[in-house]
Amino acid sequence: MELEILKYLIPALIMFCCGVYGFITRKNMIAILISLELMLNAVDINFVVFNRFLFPGQLEGMFFTLFAIALAAAETALAIAIIVNLFRAVKNVDVRNVNKMKF
Amino acid sequence: MDSVGSYIIYGIVALSIVVFSVLTVTTRRILRSATYLLFTLFATAGLYFLLDYEFLGAVQIAVYAGGIVVLFVFSILLTSRPGDKSEKLASRRRMLGGVAALATLAVVGFAIFAHFSSCQLAPAVEQAASVDMTSIGHFLLGTEKFQYLLPFEAISVLLLACIIGGVVVARRR
Repeated sequence: MELEILKYLIPALIMFCCGVYGFITRKNMIAILISLELMLNAVDINFVVFNRFLFPGQLEGMFFTLFAIALAAAETALAIAIIVNLFRAVKNVDVRNVNKMKF
Repeated sequence: MDSVGSYIIYGIVALSIVVFSVLTVTTRRILRSATYLLFTLFATAGLYFLLDYEFLGAVQIAVYAGGIVVLFVFSILLTSRPGDKSEKLASRRRMLGGVAALATLAVVGFAIFAHFSSCQLAPAVEQAASVDMTSIGHFLLGTEKFQYLLPFEAISVLLLACIIGGVVVARRR
């Protein structure tokens, strides 16, 4: 029984499940983006933990997480730009009101 | 991970990850949700520090807490009045989300437990790779095997494209 690695994987798992719950239940687009961020972060933790416990002599997981953080920043910036633009057109950020592609 | 102090710190970090991620998705005020996300990201950085990846923890704090959460707060304040709550969830939608989350929890939890209770990891290898800044710089800017110059450049081009895209999408016409 490898308690040492489970100790890190279980908080990440709970974080991921919270992200799934929020992604399905939320209606505000920014809240959906926040849930997405939670899921991404949980996966990052998993990469780092597997790197530390399975391949401690290498740094692949760490660098993957580093690049994933940069990707997350880019993705969030673009998504927020789209949401702000959409807010100008629809006047709120509720996903139910954004069911037409043209406005 | 041997002294009592590190167990206490681990307990604090793990507990705050669990509590704040649950609060992030259950609170009805969106600004509080962003604040709880900030605490979750800080706790994640603490987890990286516990695993001896100091550089990664610093990047986590600088990029996530310094950049992304500020972006979230800005866009929340732009798109909603402070203090207004999201409406109560329909119970059907909440049940759907709960079922999906619990199914994920059950499947992945079962996989983790089944795997790691049967297989033994290799006995703790103590010759961990050094993660000081010098070696990280060499890893990032080298072109040999296990070095990452090409992804580094690709990320920089991606960030440039993202800046231009963000300006083009969000500008007022």
